[in-house]
Amino acid sequence: MGIIHINKVKYEYIRRDEENNVEGITTAVDGVSLAVEPGEFIAILGHNGSGKSTLAKHINAILYPSEGSVVVDGMDTQDEEHLLQIRQTAGMVFQNPDNQIIGQIVEEDVGFGPENMGVPTKEIWERVKESLKAVGMYEYRSYSPNKLSGGQKQRVSIASVIAMHPKCIILDEPTAMLDPMGRREVIRAVRALNDVEKITMILITHYMEEVIYADRVFVMDKGKVAMGGTPKEIFSRVSELRDLRLDVPQVTELAYELKCAGVPLPDGILTREELTQALQKVKKLRDPHS
Amino acid sequence: MEDMKLIADHLVYEYNKGTNQTVRALDDVSFVIHPGEFIGLIGHTGSGKSTLVQHLNALLRPDGGTIYYDGADVFEKGYDRRALRGKVGLVFQYPEHQLFEETVFKEVCFGPINMGLETKEVEMTAYAAIKRVGLPDECIDQSPFDLSGGQKRRVAIASVLAMKPEILVLDEPTAGLDPKGRDELLSMITELREKEGITIVLVSHSMEDVAEYVDRIIVMDRGKILYDDVPKAVFAHAKELEEIGLSAPQVTYILQDLKKAGLEVDTTGITLAEAKETILEALHWKG
Amino acid sequence: MDPRTKLLGTLVYLVSLFLFASLPVYALAAVFLIFVMILSKVPFSYMVKGLKPVLFFLVFTIMMNMFLVKGEVIWTFWKLQVTREGLRQSFYMGARLILLILGSNLMTLTTTPTRLTNAIEAVMKPLRLIKVPVHEIAMMMSIALRFIPILLDETDKIMKAQMARGADFESGNLIKKAKSMIPVLVPLFISAFRRANDLAMAMEARCYHGGKGRTQMKPLKYAGRDYIAYVVLLLYLTGLILLGKYSAELLKLLGI
Repeated sequence: MGIIHINKVKYEYIRRDEENNVEGITTAVDGVSLAVEPGEFIAILGHNGSGKSTLAKHINAILYPSEGSVVVDGMDTQDEEHLLQIRQTAGMVFQNPDNQIIGQIVEEDVGFGPENMGVPTKEIWERVKESLKAVGMYEYRSYSPNKLSGGQKQRVSIASVIAMHPKCIILDEPTAMLDPMGRREVIRAVRALNDVEKITMILITHYMEEVIYADRVFVMDKGKVAMGGTPKEIFSRVSELRDLRLDVPQVTELAYELKCAGVPLPDGILTREELTQALQKVKKLRDPHS
Repeated sequence: MEDMKLIADHLVYEYNKGTNQTVRALDDVSFVIHPGEFIGLIGHTGSGKSTLVQHLNALLRPDGGTIYYDGADVFEKGYDRRALRGKVGLVFQYPEHQLFEETVFKEVCFGPINMGLETKEVEMTAYAAIKRVGLPDECIDQSPFDLSGGQKRRVAIASVLAMKPEILVLDEPTAGLDPKGRDELLSMITELREKEGITIVLVSHSMEDVAEYVDRIIVMDRGKILYDDVPKAVFAHAKELEEIGLSAPQVTYILQDLKKAGLEVDTTGITLAEAKETILEALHWKG
Repeated sequence: MDPRTKLLGTLVYLVSLFLFASLPVYALAAVFLIFVMILSKVPFSYMVKGLKPVLFFLVFTIMMNMFLVKGEVIWTFWKLQVTREGLRQSFYMGARLILLILGSNLMTLTTTPTRLTNAIEAVMKPLRLIKVPVHEIAMMMSIALRFIPILLDETDKIMKAQMARGADFESGNLIKKAKSMIPVLVPLFISAFRRANDLAMAMEARCYHGGKGRTQMKPLKYAGRDYIAYVVLLLYLTGLILLGKYSAELLKLLGI
């Protein structure tokens, strides 16, 4: 039984001009179907404006589909009765590190979700402690968020979601505003929570290096799912990705270029190790005596 | 003086002066910018690069040292620092957050009007700048707030370009753009240098971009300049760069791996094209 | 100590300063303040520092009172006259202001903004009966406190960005100066709205649905020392009222 079912979801909004007259209808998400299994690490890629963020906001019941349905852990997001339950099951981390921290000190922010859920005081403290420890931010518990780096702020935001004991976390471009070090910190935390706590992760991004650890990757374009598969499968299709305004990790690109020059390499090389091994094999073939 | 456009002379700058939390953001920083250069400025967050950049157009006044532009001390009494800001254009991070006008055209006119140009000239340079950044004609009378994120950023860059800067400083101009948007913007910047001869200073977090585009790299660490050299020479210090939170481009690491695995590759390669060439050579592949 | 105790204590103290204007009352208030200060362990130098920003205002008020109140002239300097009444008035005013500022500083120095908001929410709770959205007001206060430094930072950034485009915020008359602020204010408002929007979404995503059914991570709890504090406060208040009423007699008795 999957944890998230997205069934033929369409999301349209009406554009209005200054006098509030209807200018037209924009279809941000256009008939997307997806199913996510518990414990999976899913990555959704897409250029700016491809509809990936809009889709993500459906899973957390911030947006509702114009057509189709989204079911989270057996609950339809349009069912108001389950609203809080859904938001607690599928937590969400947003892009801007400053605009999602509510508390004036770190631990208060992490406690905010459990407070809203009506968790007893003693348990809130336990949850805050374990969540901050899970992302390596426990020593910073009494800091003001304004004193933290971007990567640290995003880790606090992840802890704040974990404190609600979700089964699934949706991360809407959590690294877009971070420097490379901050990006690494956040992705490391996400992978650890997926590996150790088995929390289902849905990562939305346009940094190609971040998706190579995902179990499955979906590429969105014009509100539709344009490609889907394992990172290896996706990154074998370099020219298609480029047409979708995307890129591949530099290792993959180098392998692709070598292949274009005639070197017999397998498709979808994702890591340095893979490329080194493959090239060693090529060398042996050409030069069997060494 | 002709080939020394801007001289940073022993710059020192401190934050929170007079308290017990004084931070030395710039610590004896000196370098020269020559006309037509394409310089990459790299450093970990908090290394002082943003502070440095704000000295180049005299937005911040140093606590020690000074800046010479065309031979004149810009912090001397009576120097026209407003005119300097037209010559040293600075595009901040997320520059689209500074837009305020009703139309794209008015927005881009803001800079040249402040520079005191005549109406006719203002309009001409504004139009040229809008075209220069690759915005379509139909954008001109639109509200900048109705444009896409990437287009807004181009408007903001055009609004600085319209002041006809001789040096253009861009603080992480590609932050938040998708891969295609990144490439397009960087090639536009390269064109500015090649076609208009504008000197470029690019602040970046992407070692791959810096390796690909610039011809000189300045590395900042804790307020000091750690390296100031051609990209190949700077990236030869991969270990030291890692210690200060930076790295070499990915391809450099690949080449090092291959060398260890017994392939006779040249490990000084820093761009994709260089890596490809040396690998093909090592494999004796007919190119 | 519970922030509610501190809040109420400060309130009582502040009001007490305005009830009576007489020497013994101020003396008692000062003794009370020093007593609390010693208990709080806030270094005296820190408290004095808090007076610095309002020093000008303080001197100004004292001077105004000293020179402008009419009465029996005791000293003349050029065109300025100092009167007995003026001297007395300015002394009272100065003493009142200093005690006031030190008192409120003591509270803000020993209480975090969050605890203070919590206390305000708790103290105002009865107002809910007349449909005052107490929880919402407190939430708004705490969010404002969180975002003020961020917005200040942002203002600085936008001003610099516009200066980089040649904007001039220094020269010109008042109207020109006000006009030159438009390129700062428009982006600032837009950014504030965007942040508010983002924050509302983030709060909703974390199950925020108003004050109903909410538990507290740091609930307010009265301990023994709070009750003692209330008793002390009560004693102070009674002593003060008695002093205020019979201060004239007391002064006569002491022969002043």
